[in-house]
Amino acid sequence: MTDDLEAQFAQWRTYVQRRRELRQTDVDELEDHLRGSVDELVGVGLREDEAFLVAVKRMGSLDDLSREFAREHSERLWKQLVLANDTDGPVTATRSRRDLYAMILCAAGAALSIKVPELFGVDYAQDTAFYAPNAALFALPWLAGFLAWRRNASRAVIGVLVGLFVLGAVGANAYRLVEESQSLVLTTIHLPIALWFVVGLAYVSDDVRAGRRRMDFVRFTGEWFIYYVLIALGGGVLTAFLFGTFSAIGLDPQNVVGHWIVPCGAMAAVVVAAWLVEAKQSVVENLAPVLTRLFTPLFTVALLAFLVALVVTSGGIDVEREALILFDLLLVVVLGLLLYSMSARDPLAPPGLFDRMQLALVVSALVIDVVVLWQITGRISEFGTTPNKAAALGENVVLLANLAWSAWLVLGLVRKRTPFAAVERWQITYLPVFAVWAWIVVLVFPPVFAFA
Amino acid sequence: MKVAKDLVAASATPMVLGILAEADNYGYAILRRINELSGGELDWTEGLLYPLLHRLERLGHVESTWQSVAGERKRKYYRVTESGLAELAEQRRQWDTVVDALKEIWRGPGDGRFTSIPLGGLA
Repeated sequence: MTDDLEAQFAQWRTYVQRRRELRQTDVDELEDHLRGSVDELVGVGLREDEAFLVAVKRMGSLDDLSREFAREHSERLWKQLVLANDTDGPVTATRSRRDLYAMILCAAGAALSIKVPELFGVDYAQDTAFYAPNAALFALPWLAGFLAWRRNASRAVIGVLVGLFVLGAVGANAYRLVEESQSLVLTTIHLPIALWFVVGLAYVSDDVRAGRRRMDFVRFTGEWFIYYVLIALGGGVLTAFLFGTFSAIGLDPQNVVGHWIVPCGAMAAVVVAAWLVEAKQSVVENLAPVLTRLFTPLFTVALLAFLVALVVTSGGIDVEREALILFDLLLVVVLGLLLYSMSARDPLAPPGLFDRMQLALVVSALVIDVVVLWQITGRISEFGTTPNKAAALGENVVLLANLAWSAWLVLGLVRKRTPFAAVERWQITYLPVFAVWAWIVVLVFPPVFAFA
Repeated sequence: MKVAKDLVAASATPMVLGILAEADNYGYAILRRINELSGGELDWTEGLLYPLLHRLERLGHVESTWQSVAGERKRKYYRVTESGLAELAEQRRQWDTVVDALKEIWRGPGDGRFTSIPLGGLA
């Protein structure tokens, strides 16, 4: 090959590398293809420069090619969307400005929604029996609306979304749960989870059946959570300054802060965080995998230490109400770590040390889950059941099933028997189970347990 | 006669798995082989082939290794796995059903007139 041709290849390479959908290995592979094509054309009598032109022309437009690559590697599609925001002309600029206005509208709607009940004589400070179970109903419909608008959801999907939110409102209010009841606490915890899956439906509304979109929603959830925590931290600093400065000039800001800024801000932040995830993808995209890489080993060590301590002290777990919830939360965190790091993983990467670490994490969580499950069953058979115990039991069974099969699949992955896609598919298929369980606790538990 | 795009897409997976079942191979040669097998009638693009190979790899039906050929040039070779062979067998069963049914229809009861319609591009 002549230097001239090499220079042309080098030029082609730099041009192709600008495509974010194509990785270095893809470019290498395509270059080998192009060289094969050139060699063949030279073989049938073309000059090198002619052969190069024909070969490039045969490969077709780079736009089409990258689109096909992006379709297969949807995890890279994120970057492409962000890139489009940076470079493309007025069309995307209008688009992102429209997004911004829609976000402001929805955030304002969410912020005002929480004050609407006061118009009807519900006192924000006093009426926890109303506000606690309804908390998710103020902001999440606006968030779902924002996402559905962004994705041009079909009428059928919008109908389903509205129906589910109405069902949620019925679940929160129809049973008239009293402030001391366990059912009220359960609804307060489970309704936001149930409604978050409705938000998930809005999130995937542009392509409801695509499994990988659901994995994108998992990633969205993790990134939304990180942004929300960041906003909350900033909000905390802001309120502290408000208190300090206004108190210094003799005004007491407690009423304004407690009744307006904190609740309205918390609601608006739900929508703002989602907008940040959608619009400023690349920022957290780099941060979140680092966080899971950092905390997966730490949680693994913590869980293993707990198991060792449990064996050494040979005492049972004190399954009081708080302890039950604590262990459920622990399993949820483990599952969250697992799900999130899976959604951020490169599906083609070979199994490595991190996958082994995950296996250790899942197995130790599994052992703890079995111990807790055994304790709860013991208590239920001894003292009879309560809504709390039944919910904790159900959650444990749901998590146990997921973690057990995950452990099996991750084991297969580490031993190179199962592809990563199988692990991913299992988690995607399992997501609706969580949603269904949360809905059951909200809608079925109160009447079954006589509103206790 | 060019084969319709939908049909090309539908037959893509068994085609690639079948070619890899013959021997380990790399992208350009796979495309050449398809061209050769179909007498140039199957219009495959790089945009179809490489994402498909990557998808099959993600699903564990094929494995890949980089090998260096002629100096600094690197080439990505694909190899079919056991699950890929199982998938191929399954796809083959389905294609046989489709092809048999079509042959049956086109032959008609006791009438041999249309048997000359070529099915080579489909099978």
